[in-house]
Amino acid sequence: MLKDPRAPREGPSCPPPLASSQRDPAGGPIDAGSGPLQGGLHDAADPFALGGETFTSRLLLGTGGVPSLEALEAAVRASGTQLVTVALRRVEASSSASMLEVLDRCGVRLLPNTAGCRTAREAVLTARLAREAFGTSWVKLEVIGDEHTLLPDAVELLDAAEQLVAEGFTVLAYTTDDPILGRRLADAGCAAVMPLGSPIGSGLGIRNPHNIALLRAGVDVPVVLDAGIGTASDAALAMELGCDAVLLASAVTRAREPETMALAMRQAVEAGRLARRAGRIPRRWHAEASTPMEGLPEL
Amino acid sequence: MQVTINGEPTQLAEDATVADLVAERSDGHGRVAVARNGDVVPRSTWTTTRLTAGDSLEVLAPTAGG
Repeated sequence: MLKDPRAPREGPSCPPPLASSQRDPAGGPIDAGSGPLQGGLHDAADPFALGGETFTSRLLLGTGGVPSLEALEAAVRASGTQLVTVALRRVEASSSASMLEVLDRCGVRLLPNTAGCRTAREAVLTARLAREAFGTSWVKLEVIGDEHTLLPDAVELLDAAEQLVAEGFTVLAYTTDDPILGRRLADAGCAAVMPLGSPIGSGLGIRNPHNIALLRAGVDVPVVLDAGIGTASDAALAMELGCDAVLLASAVTRAREPETMALAMRQAVEAGRLARRAGRIPRRWHAEASTPMEGLPEL
Repeated sequence: MQVTINGEPTQLAEDATVADLVAERSDGHGRVAVARNGDVVPRSTWTTTRLTAGDSLEVLAPTAGG
């Protein structure tokens, strides 16, 4: 008797398909801001805990490089983000009032950064100033070694992290993809470790996926892939590697169509997260038939 | 008296406070921070902190950034 080749194979069952109402109409218009586009299956059941707060979005958006406030608002809404990074600069060079108005209207939480700081002393002072300005003790800690690579200075970074944690800050530390440094930052009390995929603004994606996976496995705090994302597949890969969230700016703000790319990133992060949860199949050297050989007729 | 504000030498009234400076410089919102001679001036002390000749001040506000 021939076995029905269409019969399901044994093994873990697939998750139920999304209800049609949860699907994004293919090629349809970008629906900016009317709730989750593909959320239902996972959003409510898979919250992102960070610094004692809970988020439904696992995409953090930076505002740097945004071409206009209109583009910023459209991108923020399309991304579904709940946490947006901002910087602190001299008032003459800042874009404060109008930008804050947009971000407040979007209902996102602001995460000040210490971008541009080169030493622990500068970063700690900037974090204290940001706490005064924004009324938040959350800080994206960034201490760079030079302005050509914008790579983190590990020694100054760890020093600053220790000081800020001691002062009660919730520290989200932008770091290299070094698993050992990641562990040191987590041990120092950082609320999240945020390894780069590649240098800031480079769009080179995740240059060392192995290190990201090792870093993820080595710490108990959330890991946020921060920097280097170029396109949606990079964001999905970060989540597939086990990152808890992705932080990106340039990939969206400098895209030809920031709003469209913001939506792409949102869906990529969601897809990558689901794929991680679902559990990918192992890689094999040779093929493994999905159609059973048993019952193959002799023709 | 002369002080330095965001790198620029500036003349201010003798009795100027940090609060006066913020009122003059901020563009209509409260999310501003002030550093005086390398230390944060807490918001709660803005009205009582008198500036001194030679002070170096940084008046900062949010801007776009990654």
